[in-house]
Amino acid sequence: MNDMRIVERDVETREIKIRGDKVQVFYGDNHAIKDVDIEIQDKTVTAFIGPSGCGKSTFLRCLNRMNDTIEGCRVEGEITLDEEDIYNKQVDPVQLRAKVGMVFQKPNPFPKSIYDNVAYGPRIHGLASNKADLDVIVEKSLRRGAIWDEVKDRLDAPGTGLSGGQQQRLCIARAVATEPEVLLMDEPCSALDPIATAQVEELIDELRTNYSVVIVTHSMQQAARVSQKTAFFHLGNLVEYNETGEIFTNPKDPRTESYITGRIG
Amino acid sequence: MTDASANTPATPRVKTSLLELGERTKKRNAAEARFKLYGMMAVGTGVAALLLLLISILSQGLPAFTQTFIKVNITLDESVLDPSGNRDPDEISKVLTFSYDPIINDSLKGLALELSAQHSEVTADVLQDMISAEAKGRLRADVIANPDLIGQTIEYEFLANGRIDGYMKGRVTRETAELDGNVTPLQLDVADAMIVEEKLEKRFNWAFITAPDASELRPEAAGLGVALMGSAYMMAIVFCLALPIGVAASIYLEEFAPKNWITDIIEVNISNLAAVPSIVFGILGLAIFINYMGLPNSAPIVGGLVLTLMTLPTIIISTRASLKAVPPSIRDAALGVGASKMQAIFHHVLPLAAPGILTGTIIGLAQALGETAPLLLIGMVAFVNNYPESIFDPATALPVQVYNFTQRSDPAFVERASGAIIVLLVFLFCMNMIAIILRRRFERRW
Repeated sequence: MNDMRIVERDVETREIKIRGDKVQVFYGDNHAIKDVDIEIQDKTVTAFIGPSGCGKSTFLRCLNRMNDTIEGCRVEGEITLDEEDIYNKQVDPVQLRAKVGMVFQKPNPFPKSIYDNVAYGPRIHGLASNKADLDVIVEKSLRRGAIWDEVKDRLDAPGTGLSGGQQQRLCIARAVATEPEVLLMDEPCSALDPIATAQVEELIDELRTNYSVVIVTHSMQQAARVSQKTAFFHLGNLVEYNETGEIFTNPKDPRTESYITGRIG
Repeated sequence: MTDASANTPATPRVKTSLLELGERTKKRNAAEARFKLYGMMAVGTGVAALLLLLISILSQGLPAFTQTFIKVNITLDESVLDPSGNRDPDEISKVLTFSYDPIINDSLKGLALELSAQHSEVTADVLQDMISAEAKGRLRADVIANPDLIGQTIEYEFLANGRIDGYMKGRVTRETAELDGNVTPLQLDVADAMIVEEKLEKRFNWAFITAPDASELRPEAAGLGVALMGSAYMMAIVFCLALPIGVAASIYLEEFAPKNWITDIIEVNISNLAAVPSIVFGILGLAIFINYMGLPNSAPIVGGLVLTLMTLPTIIISTRASLKAVPPSIRDAALGVGASKMQAIFHHVLPLAAPGILTGTIIGLAQALGETAPLLLIGMVAFVNNYPESIFDPATALPVQVYNFTQRSDPAFVERASGAIIVLLVFLFCMNMIAIILRRRFERRW
């Protein structure tokens, strides 16, 4: 843990983007998330850490209602985005997901060209009125995904033909192309090598200027490197949620301390 | 943590060499070699059976594609065919087929005279018996189609009688001709003489593929035209109905339907339906489509509907399997960028599942193409001599035509049945080729 680099943290108070209030998630009879209260800030990287099966991915998937697709999954309590309840009956999850983008653990580009991968979201949401607009959006997104220089000459090549790290950055570019307000990342680096990981982490740090980023990670070093706020989950409970620096240097809860020092997990 | 005693072997280790095979290894290797042998034997048996089948069908069926023709100079007598002389097709068609007999007989007299140099007993009647009974009908059809021929002397090719054709193909010999009431050894001698004179020849016969079926007494004129059209109509109906219904049903069941006891029952029933004997579908077609809904007998529309019902389970099962095989990460990706469920399915899942869906459809279509039993029940087994103009007209189907040919006593139908099987196989092969080409198209989109 000595190589942990805890860099400058803006500890200024920001707007609250997402608020969870007494969130409970059940998979059938299994109570996966218990009473989670959390406030996620805008323009901040928030990391969810915790041992496997502690519910951090489940909670992340609640934030854009991806859990709706899972049979037998039930969410109670309230989650709000900009003070609007996202589980309200009037909310169409499709509109929500346009605002809350998601990057998955395994890079999952569509089996289409690089261009089409990025252009798909803007197309279905009608963000571009013509081809030229779409070209602009694609280029901007690929630049934000820090992959433009690598693929600009082969936009027609299949997205699945890229290396793992490139695919993941392509997926990030795809996610930002729809101009979301929040970006959810479910262990985005777990399938990547250290170099690609570094590139993605750098990218996450840049994305912070525009988005609220929530990242689930198994690597505490990664949480320490990229996030400003960290939430520690254990057995479905949100044990501790604080400034990243505080969590790693001065954990309040003994369970957090055990986890970050490697005794449970 | 580690228990040191657990790591020491219970019995002292025996020194063995890697270069020698142990007892157990030998046994295992022998078992593997035996298994490979069984496998090769199984594959060999299958291939041998297939080859045997193909060889027997090809050797029996290929002669059906050639036919013997007799060239005759025909004088189309105007006083018989068009007494009024104004070439009015209506009036020409009033002249019955029967009246063409003397015309042919008169024209054959010249040929008989030519040949009598070698065989003194040859008369026009002997020659006329060598010509198919179908001949005058075809001549009449040609004259009605082209009235200008009347009054001219034209060189016309008549189909030879089935026995003469059999002689050319080696089926009829002089010994069998002695015992046969339909042909005499003299006619065979005449046929040999006519070959030398180039009046008689055996060549490829398109009519076998295009002509309608003919009666039992004229095997030489029987063709597959009506059956081919009937099968093509039915395949088109099955494709147009079974593919959209099947794919829509599978997408709904696989992606949208809630998992409860109703969908469970539907699923079980679809699987059961796939195992229902096809004749049961025939009875259903007879009871519902013909008796209740009043659709015409023997029509491709009824056959197509029955075969659609039969094909649906196959298509649904294979479509669901290929939808299931699309990785969930693709769905997640589409939903993650804000696609609706339907967009995710139609833009991403369906294109990836398309090759599998196509394969299932083609398997279903191939099954339907070869199906005979249900068609027997809805009357497609009837003798149909007119081309169907629409899907509501009577027609037969290729497999039923094969069955029909095999029911007839004239040995000339044996080769025609095998020939029809060849056409059926080629039809199937073409369908599979189209499917493979379409699959390639879809798969090229990564």
